[in-house]
Amino acid sequence: MQFGILINEGPYNHQASDSAYLFARNAIEKGHTVPRVFFYHDGVNNSTRMGEPPQDDRNVTTRWSKLAEEHGIDLVVCVAAALRRGIKDELLAPGFRISGLGQLVEMGIQYDRLVTFGD
Amino acid sequence: MLHIVNKSATERSSLDSCLRLATKGSAVLLIEDAVYAATKGSAAAAKIQAAAAGLKIYALGPDLAARGMAGRVLDGVNVVDYGGFVDLVAEHRNCQSWL
Amino acid sequence: MSDMDMEDDGSGIVKKFMFLNRKAPHGTVYALEGLEVVLITAAFDQDVSLVFTDDGVYQLMKGIDTKGIEVKDFSKTYRALDGYDIEKLYVDQSSLDARGLTEDDLIVDVTVLSDDEMKNLMDEQDVVISF
Repeated sequence: MQFGILINEGPYNHQASDSAYLFARNAIEKGHTVPRVFFYHDGVNNSTRMGEPPQDDRNVTTRWSKLAEEHGIDLVVCVAAALRRGIKDELLAPGFRISGLGQLVEMGIQYDRLVTFGD
Repeated sequence: MLHIVNKSATERSSLDSCLRLATKGSAVLLIEDAVYAATKGSAAAAKIQAAAAGLKIYALGPDLAARGMAGRVLDGVNVVDYGGFVDLVAEHRNCQSWL
Repeated sequence: MSDMDMEDDGSGIVKKFMFLNRKAPHGTVYALEGLEVVLITAAFDQDVSLVFTDDGVYQLMKGIDTKGIEVKDFSKTYRALDGYDIEKLYVDQSSLDARGLTEDDLIVDVTVLSDDEMKNLMDEQDVVISF
């Protein structure tokens, strides 16, 4: 089954991105696919490579980058939400790209399920 | 339908709204801070137990454990792991997160 | 890279999309950015239902004046939804009652649903996105 995931909150402040990551990883382990994760609202803040969490904490952004590289996940950051919050192409971590909201709607149309994680 | 609730029932109204608008036979999965509602002695315990008559109530085990609540789960609440969360989404035709 | 340049995904699939607005405007950005998703979805020719429940009904108040807080007043956009072929707007009676509101207090025409009607509407959706 194909799962689309929508993340509406940034890293660390909320558990949303962590829950979404564990959901995605477990879905893949069970033989499902996660072709795309869409980042909206403050969720766009998951995409910046400028974050430097302490050594003993997980790095939410690099964890997404790694999962995306290993399993071909398209990490899409909403352009309008990103520009509002100062997220630009040159700040993106590997695997993330900026595109339009149409990419979110497409997930709803094309995939079997769309699961939202937020506040 | 699978309803997903992630906020503490003593902080937000999302659990109440979910229980009000979930059709009989639907599944409700409590994750993140919503798992406190599924524990013995909590303010929402009576609500959850009443709802369990018509709905299937699940709580995410890793979120319960992370909050020191793993040993306090109400009877009638099914504890699942992230794999179980994935199965619930796959088994239901649609899902809705009560943000 | 604009939002509007990729309107048709070419699949011809039409799904039932419900947007569930449960949050009041202005205190958080969800209502405003949620509305942006609704407009884009309509451009993909999907079957869109827009639901306002709980504090979401406050988004539709008549007489909203945001000048004093210096933010955009997007409530007028709700009146323009017709032009985007978004005609299915729903509010539930319980949420109006709990806030001392009636249909007359709202800026647009909506269909008022009972809890049972709202349950059924929700159940028949393919995709539910909540803001």
